[in-house]
Amino acid sequence: MLNRIFSLLVVFAGVAFAAGADLGEGTKQDLNVPAIVMFFLFVAATLGITYWASKKTKSASDFYTAGGGITGTQNGTAIAGDYMSAASFLGITGMVYLKGYDGLIFSIGFLVGWPVILFMISEQLRNLGKYTFADVTAYRLRQKPIRILAALGSISVVILYLIAQMVGSGKLIQILFGLEYEFAVILVGALMVAYVAFGGMLATTWVQIIKAILLLLGTTFMSIMVMAQFGFSFEALFKAATEIHPKGIDIMTPGGLVSDPVSAISLGIALMFGTAGLPHILMRFFTVADAKEARKSVFVATGLIGYFYILTFIMGFGAIVLVLGAEGNIYWDTTTNTLKGMNNMAAVWLAHAVGGDYFLGFISAVAFATILAVVSGLTLAGASAISHDLYANAFAKEGEKVDELKEMRVSKYATLAIGVAAIIFGIAFEKQNIAFVVALAFTIAASANFPVLFMSIFWKGLTTRGAVIGGYVGLISALVLVILGPVVWTSILGYGDPIVPYKFPAVFSVPMAFIAIWFFSITDNSEDAKRCIDEFDAQDIRCQTGIGADSAVNH
Amino acid sequence: MVEKIKSNPSYIELVSKRSAFSWKLTITMLVVYYAFILYIAFSPETLGQSISGGVATIGIPIGMAIILFAFIMTGIYVKRANSEFDDLTKQVKEDIAKEIK
Repeated sequence: MLNRIFSLLVVFAGVAFAAGADLGEGTKQDLNVPAIVMFFLFVAATLGITYWASKKTKSASDFYTAGGGITGTQNGTAIAGDYMSAASFLGITGMVYLKGYDGLIFSIGFLVGWPVILFMISEQLRNLGKYTFADVTAYRLRQKPIRILAALGSISVVILYLIAQMVGSGKLIQILFGLEYEFAVILVGALMVAYVAFGGMLATTWVQIIKAILLLLGTTFMSIMVMAQFGFSFEALFKAATEIHPKGIDIMTPGGLVSDPVSAISLGIALMFGTAGLPHILMRFFTVADAKEARKSVFVATGLIGYFYILTFIMGFGAIVLVLGAEGNIYWDTTTNTLKGMNNMAAVWLAHAVGGDYFLGFISAVAFATILAVVSGLTLAGASAISHDLYANAFAKEGEKVDELKEMRVSKYATLAIGVAAIIFGIAFEKQNIAFVVALAFTIAASANFPVLFMSIFWKGLTTRGAVIGGYVGLISALVLVILGPVVWTSILGYGDPIVPYKFPAVFSVPMAFIAIWFFSITDNSEDAKRCIDEFDAQDIRCQTGIGADSAVNH
Repeated sequence: MVEKIKSNPSYIELVSKRSAFSWKLTITMLVVYYAFILYIAFSPETLGQSISGGVATIGIPIGMAIILFAFIMTGIYVKRANSEFDDLTKQVKEDIAKEIK
């Protein structure tokens, strides 16, 4: 095992140096030496952790949930590390930089789902599930159709989210480190497979924790440096920003981002309930020992994520003054008339403006670490859906217990398969507009995963037929409505006016899923339906008290 | 067994109190968030009012307050769940253990 990891390291070093030699010609961004040194330190440290984790990862429970031995505080930090993606770090700071107040609206939307997850989902998941959220939905319903539905929902969300992360990371690394796009995508893919396949949930968790701490330290430093320039007065910061920004005073008020009520509410539903249907987030609740630690996780995560979003607001305004208003326009690309590397680079250039080359290197390395942490969590969730839901449950022979070691081997092949798929899609989608991909992932999570999960926990009358039909109604309607919407139909396919005028169709697809679940359950008179309803009370007692719950910890 | 737990007074108290509390907090969060969203959709100028004549608008402290509010809500829930709800759960488990003996 040690040899294997060592040879991996050598391969990565070789890839990076080969790419570095390529860049000497100066066709791209200059090779960023401090960034590369810091990035290698991070990779070396995380591969060390992976080696340590691989020795402790012996059973399926270790692989999927780190044996349930993660504490609430650790898990909360890891959730924050999972959730504060490069999209929120660079994207939201960039949006505040570009539009001012509107950036804050997105931050709030991403945050308010968390209290609801705490009040409704987190403890229930912990008490009912074991490795994946399908353990909960299939608790009293028929295993096979429910597991297949959950696995399809999970894998769709994971692959879409991965595509967005891979394409974003390839471009980011191209700018930050001066590496070739393909190299960057392959490097990210190879590292995430190494973390997940060898270190399972334990390595993934620690990669996420380390990254969360680095990101919070870096952004705290940047925000303090920004505020120090304005005597820690928000009014002085805002005043300077409005004097520099071309939109002037308008950046202080809500603009056209959320213009009509349907879009506003639909976005709210997608963000809020989508979060509660993301398989890689839901899976994190199985890594703690009991309901008490599960709720502590959400408390810690909400605090860290909320704090981080407040910082992105300060950094966005700081970037207006210190990056847009920098002397000599050093961050401006005069050929495209945007920031170098587009608006999403506002946070990165701000790091340079307040901390020089070395801090830029640090933040670049943190951005890369952010991507690695998020894609690792996604890969693990996708692999679990394949090995646990499909291989070990849906397609196992009736009444046969699947050998745990076999299941783990399948999960490692699944990890590799997802890694290869992510690299291929990442390269294939390089030049595509991927803006819709995250919207689609959130909409599917809110429409296919969340309604079935919610109803299986709270509604006694739910039957297998209702859950399966409702889940597919949510999945298919989300897909069709996004394809007929403005982003895919008009911008990508170029078919003219969209048939569905909304970017986020969750306001339609989520209720459709709930109604289908309800209707096809109450009209279900089968024997199986009777059994599903009869078994609810026992499920509810375990859900409420944790009596009989898989404590996951190996005693 | 299921019937016995269902009729246990501590269990009944736990389920009714916790579900009422969870729904109350969830609805509060939804109301606060959607009130904010509807202000943005219908009346952005309300949030764009200046605070005491400067460039800062009241929308900024309100936005920050919603973030803080979400965090405080999780704290309120955790505090009550850790004491009252966990005590009731423990009581249910003890009662059941006695029944089994």
